[in-house]
Amino acid sequence: MSTTAPRRVGAARRSAPAVRVALAHTRLAVLEAVREPIVVVSTVAFPALVLLCFVVPQRAVAEDPSAATAAAGQIALFSIVSVCLFTYGAGIAEDRKRPFDTFARSLPAGPGPQLVARVVTGVVLSALGLVPVVLISALLTDATVPLTRLPLVGLALLACGIPFLVLGFAIGYSLRPKAALAMAQVVLFPLAFLGGLFVPPETFPSWLDAASQATPTRAARDLVVAVMSGGDVDLRWPLVLVLWTAAAGAVTVWAFRRDEGRRFH
Amino acid sequence: MTTDRTTGTSAGTDADAVLRIDHVSRAFGDRLAVDDVSLEVRAGQVVGLLGPNGAGKTTLLSMVSGLRTPDTGTVRVLGLDPRRPAHRAAIGVTPQETGLPESLTAAEVVRFVADHHTDPLPVHEALDRFGVADLADRRCGGLSGGQQRRLACALALVGRPALVLLDEPTTGLDVDARHALWEGIRAHRDEGVAVLLTSHHLEEVEQLSDRVAVMAGGRVLVDDALERVLGRVDVDRLSWTGTAGRVADLEGVVDVQVDGDEVVVLARDADLVVRELAAGAATFRRLRVRGASLEDAFTHLTAA
Repeated sequence: MSTTAPRRVGAARRSAPAVRVALAHTRLAVLEAVREPIVVVSTVAFPALVLLCFVVPQRAVAEDPSAATAAAGQIALFSIVSVCLFTYGAGIAEDRKRPFDTFARSLPAGPGPQLVARVVTGVVLSALGLVPVVLISALLTDATVPLTRLPLVGLALLACGIPFLVLGFAIGYSLRPKAALAMAQVVLFPLAFLGGLFVPPETFPSWLDAASQATPTRAARDLVVAVMSGGDVDLRWPLVLVLWTAAAGAVTVWAFRRDEGRRFH
Repeated sequence: MTTDRTTGTSAGTDADAVLRIDHVSRAFGDRLAVDDVSLEVRAGQVVGLLGPNGAGKTTLLSMVSGLRTPDTGTVRVLGLDPRRPAHRAAIGVTPQETGLPESLTAAEVVRFVADHHTDPLPVHEALDRFGVADLADRRCGGLSGGQQRRLACALALVGRPALVLLDEPTTGLDVDARHALWEGIRAHRDEGVAVLLTSHHLEEVEQLSDRVAVMAGGRVLVDDALERVLGRVDVDRLSWTGTAGRVADLEGVVDVQVDGDEVVVLARDADLVVRELAAGAATFRRLRVRGASLEDAFTHLTAA
């Protein structure tokens, strides 16, 4: 090496510690999300509205502890799925278009910190969306979960968010913003319905139930409800979730490489 | 001089170069955007990169900033490949026009960039150098174009880079904002930062650059001291409605373009062309004469 840096820039050239860079990306992403009123309102208000309109007025559900608990779990899951598909699906597609995204690529950081930031933003928004669900369920219905189970429920919800997070990535990296938004909606509602997040799957005819079993929403729903009510966990549920995660992950990797190739190689 | 100069460097290369672009080419499909470009920028030097739209400047900068890989040739910043993220710590880049996140404050964005570096300028100082310290808590979406540009420059310099890439830094700015920005850039140059600057403004290049490289069609046509380049583009632009006649044969006429009955001529001696026109060298009406713009100069240099 035969370079002589100018005096004031003579220090060794290293990038900053990875943790600090990841924190910087996270802070930026969370601030941006939280300052977009529409994001917060739809994240917080939508699950609350679903709960208020479809669960609270049905006294048969609201006053039956086990039905109310299952309903709370379903809506909580719906909130997370919706955050994942919209924040990641539509959000990433939007970000890819932004000049600031291109600028951020010229900074001394690989794709890792941005990935961390996106995941943390999703978790923060999901948590935000859970607040009204927990409050309304606790105050206006007979849903109960033993306090000691709550951490486990939180963990189950978080884990169940993973396939949808990756699904969001797949949409966000493979489609343009408008198409991604449409796709997020097209994917969210059928999955939510089929998965029994709106209507209890016990009422499904057998053919619908068979289709339902294959969806990640159903597997996640059954897992969350089982954890909430202390029921047994069927090994098929995590299997379905892992398979969907792998499939969506493959699409994400393909789309990410294609996007990088198209714009930056 | 503490440099251990490598022996046998080819003519014109400088072991002190902060940026060294060596025979770099880059194609998109079958279009060659950058064609065998070599260029160096030393510490404390400002090199103005000029050229019409589509000349390949942006593609060249994107390879220097590590966004793209050259098809052939090498880009080295302080001897390192900018495709590796860690190596980009030595490079400062401005975001594009209107490229700042609207809902974040100026200080938040500066801090975001500063967090990528081991020894950044304090946020307030980075803003202060470009006269926007009082805007620290304002959201980017509410800043004027000039304020955003100055913030963009603060972003490029907050990491104490050895090399700064400024892409059209003052486009669309008023005179005061432009001068404030130039002040900031000069201060950093004097501290030893190497600057590669693209611009459409001849005045900007004159104010800031020691050296000028002119690009067209993906190639560097001229790479020389500022005065020498200006000497070569010292032409006037004459235009009229009518015919070109025998103007192309006149002495000092470097370019003639005819579009329908609109004629545009670049000439070293506008007086001579006017006298010959009056003497019947071509038919004309609505004759106009003005100094050549940079755009004209590119045409001239490309033709030369």
